[in-house]
Amino acid sequence: MSVMTDDTLPANPRGIRDEMIVFVAMAALLAAVPLTGIYPFFVMQALCFALLACAFNLLIGYGGLLSFGHAMFLGSAGYFTAHALKEWGLSPELGILVGTAGAAGIGVITGAIAIRRQGIYFSMITLALSQLLYFIYLQAPFTHGEDGIQGIPQGHLFGIFNLAKPTVLYYVILVGFLGGFLVVFRAVNSPFGEVLKAIRENEQRAISLGYKTDQYKLLAFILSGTLAGFAGSLKVFVAQNASLTDVHWTMSGEIVLITLVGGLGTMFGPVVGAFVIIAMQQYLAGFGQWVTVIQGVIFVVCVLTFRRGIVGEIAHYFRRSL
Amino acid sequence: MKNGISALLLGTALALGAGSAALAQDKTIKIGVLTDNSGLYSDLGGAGSTLAAQMAVEDSGLAAKGWKIDIVSADHQNKPDIAVNTARQWIDVDKVDIFMDVLNSGVALAVNNLVKEKNVIMINTGAASSDLTNAQCSPNTIHWVYDTYMLANSTGQALVKAGGDTWYFLTADYAFGHALERDTTAVVVKSGGKVIGTVRHPLNTADFSSFLLQGQASKAKIIGMANAGGDTTNTIKQASEFGIVAGGQKLAGLLLFITDVHSLGLKVAQGLSFTETFYWDLNDGTRAFSKRFSERTKSKAMPSMVQAGVYSGLIHYFKTLDAMGGNPRDGAKVVAKMKEAPTDDPLFGKGSIRADGRKIHPAYLFEVKKPSESKGPWDYYKLIGTTPADQAFRPLSESACALVKK
Amino acid sequence: MQALYAQLLVGLINGSFYALLSLGLAVIFGMLNIINFAHGAVYMMGAFCAYFLLNLLGIGYWPALIIAPIAVGIFGMILERTMLQWLAGLDHLYGLLLTFGMALIIQGVFQNYFGSSGLPYAIPDELKGGVNLGFMFLPIYRGWVVVFSLIVCLATWYLIEKTRLGANLRAATENPTLVRAFGINVPRMITLTYGLGVGLAALAGVLSAPINQVRPLMGADLIIVVFAVVVIGGMGSIMGSIITGFALGVIEGLTKYFYPEASNTVVFVLMVLVLLVKPTGLTGRATT
Repeated sequence: MSVMTDDTLPANPRGIRDEMIVFVAMAALLAAVPLTGIYPFFVMQALCFALLACAFNLLIGYGGLLSFGHAMFLGSAGYFTAHALKEWGLSPELGILVGTAGAAGIGVITGAIAIRRQGIYFSMITLALSQLLYFIYLQAPFTHGEDGIQGIPQGHLFGIFNLAKPTVLYYVILVGFLGGFLVVFRAVNSPFGEVLKAIRENEQRAISLGYKTDQYKLLAFILSGTLAGFAGSLKVFVAQNASLTDVHWTMSGEIVLITLVGGLGTMFGPVVGAFVIIAMQQYLAGFGQWVTVIQGVIFVVCVLTFRRGIVGEIAHYFRRSL
Repeated sequence: MKNGISALLLGTALALGAGSAALAQDKTIKIGVLTDNSGLYSDLGGAGSTLAAQMAVEDSGLAAKGWKIDIVSADHQNKPDIAVNTARQWIDVDKVDIFMDVLNSGVALAVNNLVKEKNVIMINTGAASSDLTNAQCSPNTIHWVYDTYMLANSTGQALVKAGGDTWYFLTADYAFGHALERDTTAVVVKSGGKVIGTVRHPLNTADFSSFLLQGQASKAKIIGMANAGGDTTNTIKQASEFGIVAGGQKLAGLLLFITDVHSLGLKVAQGLSFTETFYWDLNDGTRAFSKRFSERTKSKAMPSMVQAGVYSGLIHYFKTLDAMGGNPRDGAKVVAKMKEAPTDDPLFGKGSIRADGRKIHPAYLFEVKKPSESKGPWDYYKLIGTTPADQAFRPLSESACALVKK
Repeated sequence: MQALYAQLLVGLINGSFYALLSLGLAVIFGMLNIINFAHGAVYMMGAFCAYFLLNLLGIGYWPALIIAPIAVGIFGMILERTMLQWLAGLDHLYGLLLTFGMALIIQGVFQNYFGSSGLPYAIPDELKGGVNLGFMFLPIYRGWVVVFSLIVCLATWYLIEKTRLGANLRAATENPTLVRAFGINVPRMITLTYGLGVGLAALAGVLSAPINQVRPLMGADLIIVVFAVVVIGGMGSIMGSIITGFALGVIEGLTKYFYPEASNTVVFVLMVLVLLVKPTGLTGRATT
């Protein structure tokens, strides 16, 4: 059952001190971005995808479950938040709550179905479930089908922070990202995380040790879906629209790609992967569909020769856990 | 996977004497052609729209007067979110002043919001939804070529008059299809007809068989196709496979372009009647432009009304800026000036822009010729009716646009 | 009632494609333990192959029906030899990821050259037109697709379940080491199997070209439905995937008649129901 063989993981984890140091450095770097003149929308977008990939990585990297339908959480939460903000006129914090709670609900239902099968079947089922949701959203009136929900008001967070200002929005997104990251960090380094890793390595053994593995897997799935939904809710404030693109299976594929490039089962891999892939899409945008081809090539290369990903390779080289 | 931006630099030649002249005025313009470069609407907009913009820049003569004009173009893939992301970046980073084409009503309505928020300009020549100049009208947007109200009014009325009084709609499931279905239904009911059903299909559908079968089962006299581009041509082709026309029902193309007729071929398309506001073979002016246009396309295609609209709209925009002496970078102000002056160009003739942003000109009802009547390639239409400019579009008295003073 | 029969026919046609594709998936999965995400892409290549044969070489539909599956099958075998075989011994999920990457590459290349709208492929003259059966109007080509797919499916079933070659194949799936000991070249067998599965997908692509047009993304959305079909049917049995494929097409057709709004989702809803009642799929063995 082992999904990520030991080979993909750093050999000798040195606890969480290294990771905390890197985390502080990352937070400081990201906090300085508005001073650099980098187009803030690019970084905000990358941060949303980074959080999304971290959530996804919680499942695959630590639980050994490859979800090929994580776009359903991103897109659903986006639709819920957008609808709450635009049609119900809710405040941003309530809008985010609606989106995230909605994603959690979807996580409960889809998780309960998907964990009934393992391995490849689990992937195919998550993919099919997200496609089911895609068609529902295509026809549901509240999503406005192909048109999507447009012109979403950004509003004032807690009545104070004006999200229409790019710099304010940037720091709100950054705080959201760091908060979500810490939740994943905490989960991975908790007893819960240890059991997940045990299930990944050998589910039968974990069962024989008395763990109800299905419950752990379901809980991980729900947590991952909720965080992915949180990322989707944040993304609404950046993009100011919610659309079918975010529920489509290509988006699920992109999430997998981001995590694979950065490094499955590494804390910082998804973040690095998100910046690499989003930057690539940005700078290669002029090449039209060749971007798809390049993404495909990256997939193939990663799977054939570079299974540890960027951060995984670095961690392996320094024999550190990152 | 994301937007494809291809920057085209042209018309950059600065006039020699520019240094001494009134350089205090900003004489740079950036045009963004946002269109479908690879999908089902790429024939009627796409690269042809960019070409039309290029020709407008060259013909305007502004380069000789010291103006520097750049064109960027991108493929929005018919996805509103991709379009808005591209548009935002164009405005923030590339400083685009004016958006052209912007076909696909879903995309157009999304970009419409952004253009207003950022105070730039959109001259929409490709999208059909009449909401752009009605409930969603904006001081920054001009709707140039056609809209669903006009199509419904012209084609719908003519078909009901000819006896087609029961309708079944095959509707593209997004803003455009909904608007066209809504506006046509109003006309059909007003003219004494009845709509007995409707089925919605996703944008860019390949197999229409099950939708057509529902239309066939409805026994309506007219199956109204509230879709466009590749969707319409597919519907027409597959309808013959299931013997729908042979069974006595009539297909009504509410929005067809000359490029669609070209891809269907006269044998299949003959006898269809529909409305357009431009045809290459209308007069000497349209013929001269179309010949030049066609020579510069890969496929030697004649311009569609969308592409012609890009040219016509830009010519008026350039004239207005030239008269203002510089680019004030204030979209609403420029649009207000554009509304003051009458329009005049070889493609659409004399016309004007109303307070709600609606450009008005005559609407022509065409019928597709029989193969025996066609004298050569692209000789496809015969004119069977004209609605004068002041009656072709939604009257201002019925408008829900906030810009219209009542 | 006429509409019901007609929708059932449309359902059967879709069912033919589901059956051919899920059959290929099952064959490949049985041998390579890989879920071939590139299956939709090779289906599309089959259609494009027919299109090129017609427009570049003037070779018509009938020869294309044979040439395209063989050509695409060879392409598949090259892929297997150059890439897939390096995944032996790794977790199965890497196979899914690798074939997903291959699908992106193939579809992206075609999209670059052909956009995303359809290219027309005419129905062969022999199969043009339709017959009015009284209770419905049957376009001849669509009837042909159903009959021909059924024949191909049954032939494949016979090949695998009833011939010596098939017996070796099944044995190699169960215990490759033992089969190798009998002097059978297992790697070559794997390559040929992949070629067979891919060829079946390409054949479906040729059949579909006159109906669905030739489009770079024609297989991309279809393949996810086929995944659901495979989950429902289970990949343990060849006959199971054939029957499930056709049956789901028919159910879809019925849905189009009685409740069209649900026609896109019915297969997925059925998948959920089957998972709740019988997690291993209707015919599947308990595999992990």
